Amino acid sequence: MGEVYVITSGKGGVGKTTTTANLGAGLAQMGKKVVVIDADIGLRNLDVVLGLENRIVYDLVDVIEGGCRLKQALIKDKKLPELCLLPAAQTRDKNAINPEQMIALHEDLKEMFDFILVDCPAGIEQGFKNAIAGADKAIVVTTPEISAVRDADRIIGLLEAAELRNPKLIINRLKIDMVKRGDMMNIEDMLDILAIDLLGVIPDDPEIVISTNKGEPVVTKPNSYAGQAYHNIVQRVCGEDVPLLDLETQEGFVNRIRKMFGLAK
Amino acid sequence: MDFFKFFTGESKKSKNVAKERLKLVLVHDRADCSQDFLDSIKEDLINVISDYMVIDEEELDIKITRTKRESDESTMPALVANIPIKHMKDRKRI
Repeated sequence: MGEVYVITSGKGGVGKTTTTANLGAGLAQMGKKVVVIDADIGLRNLDVVLGLENRIVYDLVDVIEGGCRLKQALIKDKKLPELCLLPAAQTRDKNAINPEQMIALHEDLKEMFDFILVDCPAGIEQGFKNAIAGADKAIVVTTPEISAVRDADRIIGLLEAAELRNPKLIINRLKIDMVKRGDMMNIEDMLDILAIDLLGVIPDDPEIVISTNKGEPVVTKPNSYAGQAYHNIVQRVCGEDVPLLDLETQEGFVNRIRKMFGLAK
Repeated sequence: MDFFKFFTGESKKSKNVAKERLKLVLVHDRADCSQDFLDSIKEDLINVISDYMVIDEEELDIKITRTKRESDESTMPALVANIPIKHMKDRKRI
């Protein structure tokens, strides 16, 4: 039986789709059977991030309305045979489906896949409710900015209210140099505020833009920082205990001295 | 005064400004999105105060707001309760 993960954030543009694509590709690289679902109906993007935009014939709404069989809508990845995409409809809106239909869809997908990753749309309305319906676990993506952390806090509250307990946090686009200067909140600051478990940290890396340009998830490039960071997250999702990347522990000089004197928290 | 904070000017770093602002705004957000939270405080307040005085439960109003701390003028979240008293209870009977 597969498990359903929803990747959500509240705020738009923090990297939900990129994260979904990379977790999906990373899990498939490890031999897991994975389907990634684009739940952002009307604004589909997971297809272009994965480089599968030219292969779409049917979509999520077609499946739910019975316009095609589930297997007809699933698009196999070009390079990773274990990875499938269920694309969003582009010409419909979020009200074309409802939470009960998503739950029923998940029941079928759980029989076929180890991991079902749902890319949630931004916002807290119907699209969010559809995306979290039937999810077993939630991953909250944020960036080290006030607006993104605030929205993440709201989403964590809504997930709890929907009985999706213990969501895990991914901190995206951390700029190490700014953190060192004290001009960007660090990992500890965000964990202090949001009070949930950390799943991983993705450094701000130009490789993400380059790989998205090409439609190849960065996790398939183990030489990049971001690719390595996503690979670590994938291993943690699989239950392995992987330490944070060196660049992720941005401990400053002063903090090290504080620790020597036993003053650091 | 934190010795290290003094030398590094840490408290003025923009990330600390961000963190403080965020903490304040979240006190509001968290209270706003949880009417249950305020309702349960309200209920407990009524229970405690009713031992001492008869209050107008209909007019009772509680909310999360902000206030300035007297010592250093910094902004703090505050729980403000406006509880109209109808009359005091006879203390000898308590």
